[in-house]
Amino acid sequence: METIKLIIDNKEIEVAKGTTVLKAAREYGIEIPTLCYFSIDGMNIENKPGGCRVCVVEIEGRRNLAPACATDCEHGMIIHTHSMRVINARRTVVELILSDHPADCLVCQKAGNCELQDLAQRLGIREIPFKGEHSTYRKDTSPSIVRDVDKCVMCRRCEMMCNEVQTVGALSAINRGFPSVVAPAFEMDLEKSPCTYCGQCVTACPTGALTEVDHTGKVIRALSDPTKTVIVQTAPAVRVALGEEFGTEPGARVTGQMVAALRRLGFNAVFDTDFAADLTIMEEGTELLGRINGFLNGDKSVKLPILTSCCPGWVNFFETNFPDLLDVPSTAKSPQQMFGAVAKTYYADKIGLKREDLVMVSIMPCLAKKYECQRDEFEVNGNPDVDIVLSTRELAALIKQANIDFKNLVGEDFDTPLGESTGAAVIFGVTGGVIEAATRTAYEVFTGTTLKKVDFEELRGMEGVRSAAIDFDGKLMVKIGVAHGLSNARKLLEDVRAGKSQFHAIEVMACPGGCIGGGGQPYSHGNNFEILKRRSAGLYAEDADKKLRKSHENPYIKKLYEEFLGEPGGHKAHELLHTHYFDKSKKEIELD
Amino acid sequence: MANYKMHLLVCGGTGCKASQADEILTNLRQIVEDKGLENEVQVIFTGCFGFCEKGPIVKVLPDNTFYTQVTPEDAREIVEEHIIKGRKVHRLLYEDPTTKEHISDSKHMGFYMKQIRVALRNCGFIDPENIDEYIARDGYGALGKCLTELDPLKTIDIIKQSGLRGRGGGGFPTGLKWEITHKVPGEQKYVVCNADEGDPGAFMDRSILEGDPHTIIEAMAICGYAIGANKGLVYIRAEYPLAIERLKIALDQARDYGLLGKDILGTGFDFEIEIRYGAGAFVCGEETALIHSMEGMRGEPTFKPPFPSVSGYLGKPTCVNNVETFANIPVIINQGAEWFTTIGTEKSRGTKVFALAGQINNVGLIEVPMGITLREVIYEIGGGIKDGKKFKAVQTGGPSGGCLTEKHLDTPIDFDNLLAAGSMMGSGGMIVMDEDSCMIAVSKFYLEFTVEESCGKCSPCRIGNKRLYEMLDEISQGKGTMETLDKLRNLSKVIKDTSLCGLGQTSPNPVLSTIENFWDEYVEHVMEKKCCAGQCKDLMQYFIIEEKCVGCTACVRVCPVNAIAGEKKIPHTIKQDLCIKCGACVEKCKFNAIITK
Repeated sequence: METIKLIIDNKEIEVAKGTTVLKAAREYGIEIPTLCYFSIDGMNIENKPGGCRVCVVEIEGRRNLAPACATDCEHGMIIHTHSMRVINARRTVVELILSDHPADCLVCQKAGNCELQDLAQRLGIREIPFKGEHSTYRKDTSPSIVRDVDKCVMCRRCEMMCNEVQTVGALSAINRGFPSVVAPAFEMDLEKSPCTYCGQCVTACPTGALTEVDHTGKVIRALSDPTKTVIVQTAPAVRVALGEEFGTEPGARVTGQMVAALRRLGFNAVFDTDFAADLTIMEEGTELLGRINGFLNGDKSVKLPILTSCCPGWVNFFETNFPDLLDVPSTAKSPQQMFGAVAKTYYADKIGLKREDLVMVSIMPCLAKKYECQRDEFEVNGNPDVDIVLSTRELAALIKQANIDFKNLVGEDFDTPLGESTGAAVIFGVTGGVIEAATRTAYEVFTGTTLKKVDFEELRGMEGVRSAAIDFDGKLMVKIGVAHGLSNARKLLEDVRAGKSQFHAIEVMACPGGCIGGGGQPYSHGNNFEILKRRSAGLYAEDADKKLRKSHENPYIKKLYEEFLGEPGGHKAHELLHTHYFDKSKKEIELD
Repeated sequence: MANYKMHLLVCGGTGCKASQADEILTNLRQIVEDKGLENEVQVIFTGCFGFCEKGPIVKVLPDNTFYTQVTPEDAREIVEEHIIKGRKVHRLLYEDPTTKEHISDSKHMGFYMKQIRVALRNCGFIDPENIDEYIARDGYGALGKCLTELDPLKTIDIIKQSGLRGRGGGGFPTGLKWEITHKVPGEQKYVVCNADEGDPGAFMDRSILEGDPHTIIEAMAICGYAIGANKGLVYIRAEYPLAIERLKIALDQARDYGLLGKDILGTGFDFEIEIRYGAGAFVCGEETALIHSMEGMRGEPTFKPPFPSVSGYLGKPTCVNNVETFANIPVIINQGAEWFTTIGTEKSRGTKVFALAGQINNVGLIEVPMGITLREVIYEIGGGIKDGKKFKAVQTGGPSGGCLTEKHLDTPIDFDNLLAAGSMMGSGGMIVMDEDSCMIAVSKFYLEFTVEESCGKCSPCRIGNKRLYEMLDEISQGKGTMETLDKLRNLSKVIKDTSLCGLGQTSPNPVLSTIENFWDEYVEHVMEKKCCAGQCKDLMQYFIIEEKCVGCTACVRVCPVNAIAGEKKIPHTIKQDLCIKCGACVEKCKFNAIITK
């Protein structure tokens, strides 16, 4: 490996060729402040437009200061990262940014988690010497995401996530000069753009310009209303991330404390989305086997591969970008919506309540779920199956508001019957998990034999696109594809569109890493690859700890079918647990 | 078959066309035809003659008579008197402002005497829509020479030897740029002509493209041959419709003649040129922004390195040169590098085209040898300051440049001297200001432009320039303090030091150079709340001199806001709180009784 020798802050260092000044400095413990720079090492995600000019450094012999993030180290460079010239420039630049920023930190959702606030503190800025006009824009509230673009600092991270990582193309820089800002084309509402509500822009935004729609107030009102019975479901990825908001190590499993906290908050029953994940496997697995059998029997109308449909960001993506393939994905609803549908029928009946008196709250690692629960097809007479969705972050905020000493809570169990689940369900929260869970069940149903080894390591991992062929006991080789991050999903979908796909089934998760990296998870300000790996390990550990690890073995699921649904894929199941998709490629565009 | 004995050349540049040049041409042709002279007298449009102040221009060949400020109605007289009777139309000849003598041959006019036309050599001589006329003046000879006699490295060597530096503003050695692009390995390379001229008031590149489009085509093909590219792109702003039209015609003609396309002149060299339109963003003149715009992306610069020579259009090695730079290439090849080095100074060879504007008698497009002094340009070519006023400053380099003063008048103009004096060559804008110009207003003007034209990508340029503008505005309103001046200076320096591209790295120059050269004027604005040039409205008040006012009420009646009180025959007074300082009263008063303080 070719190396480069240079001097940074009087320190002689040696780094690999191609290393930027920023990375070289970090390697040697010199922290250069940044704002627009953002990276997730290990996932090949990097944003370095060199736009904010906060990371500027002095390189001897160069006329101007250079951005450390976008300058490669060269032999013999002599660099000063904190000379007075640099400090003056850096402070002035941040003062400029602040001079065009609303000073509403007191009520800003990002206060305490804001990189600009941190930067201002770190640089010791106590007043903003520049007064003048602010660039202002209207606030845009979509079902999931709020754009408060007055707070946009043009770091372009969201644009990079939206265009490069997700290939969604909803956000890009518009206008020029002082009013430049990142927004949907023509400053249209996010709702009218191709946005999938995956929320990756929110995870990347350093300020309060992009945040989730805050629904904690709604939950507080429901919980304080004595006429309502409020129940809650929690998605698998929440339990390995929520603790981070209370100072635990990333990936620490806090399932029991979370259940206890939810009970303290006053929920009448604390259930688990995992129950519905098992249900999803029953439905989706049946559909998969149905299609494979049909295919093997020569039925030409059968669509393969089957695509998973748990992820609402992904559903939005294919409805917008691949409207010609709407009959390819599984018709199974997502676990959240299956849960809501079952809760407001089966469970409401069981406890003798009208659906209107039952408030269904979900705790999700996801922002697209907020939109999903508002879709017209998921309501009955105006009453939605799921009423309110909170992100992991919002739940943490609620717990803090209720003054619950989360870390010292003694773990509690979910309520029955909708709180029981298998290990197959808990891995829904990580990329590859849904298809592994489906494989466990499909294998046993298809072959009629019991799996010797439940773990399918070949489906796990963090590569953006993965594939594996699973031997169904010599009777069939099932070819499986896995993609996470929508740019990766797009590649597989384009193959499907071109008729080149070799897979029987493909699992897609919109967010990098799957739900563990969802748009509603605790902020990690970039470089969360390690965090994702630990959350992933947390989920696999929870799976391994479970007595039951195959969805079809969940006794409460069996009971649900016996008592209520009938057969998987049967009439009633179809009515409650399946859905259909819409062509959203031509959203109505209204320009002001 | 026509056998022309005389030629009437009508300026077909955008400026003259805006002053009825089309009608002049139509009338001339009609009258020539009416007289049955259509086979003897040719009437054509040419490119810009440069003397825009006196446009529209009509030139008569072979006697080289230069008619100025011609109207369509003058056509008859020109034909009947000059063409038929051989008598020049005296009243349309240029009158020397000092000697009051009528000069018929442009060679003897002060405006032209010190000019050397290299890049503009064909502008005003040939019909830009006729390739034969270009060829008749050695056109495409240079391309032929390169393709048949010189290999690419020798071609590059000639350009290097000539010392030609980029005319777009930066002054980077052209031959070196070609050499670097030549050396970078790559199957596909591109030649890009930067025709995104954007400085306020500048029209050098437009005039070349309108007056001599073939020279650009030829030069791009030579560049392509030299660097190993077979594809050229002209990035031109859509606001230049005439230039685009003429370029398109020229491209078609060149293709018809086999001077573009496959196997040019049977040498096996292929070269094709495509036009790309810009939407008029100033920043797209910056080469990386230009390339991104051509790629269909937002016109934003990216950090260099990598330079376009290494990774440019679609990531391929790309040589970006400005229109005027290209216009020099064929002559250099034809006449040799040595000839070129006889013009100009040691470090800045050749000539430079300037768009001379402002409070000067001869506004227009000029081409002068490098090394000429500002004084020569302003007083000899430019004919001095309008209305006998005093010279105050000259702004060069457009929004990136600075204001130079009396003490710089004998500075020889070249890349390095202008830079050392606190301004820059830029692409060739030159605006002369007289004593009535307020330097704060001048800075504000340029900053307003930069604020508008910043792409918004980097914070110092996006926000910093806006804040500079706001501070200048404060000063012009009398709200500035000495602290404002301090902040102005610090912020200017930081913007220069931290901005991403050339736009932000130079945008504070108008501020810094005026602070440097006109410090007292700034201090006067903030300390005394006075604008000696009388440009800052908020700092001046209108007064009626009691002794001079006869009480005619003319001013009372013209005042749009009823700010003047007074009855007949009694001296009037102005209510300062109502006055909007429109100046209508001053214009109306016959007794010079109203003054500003």
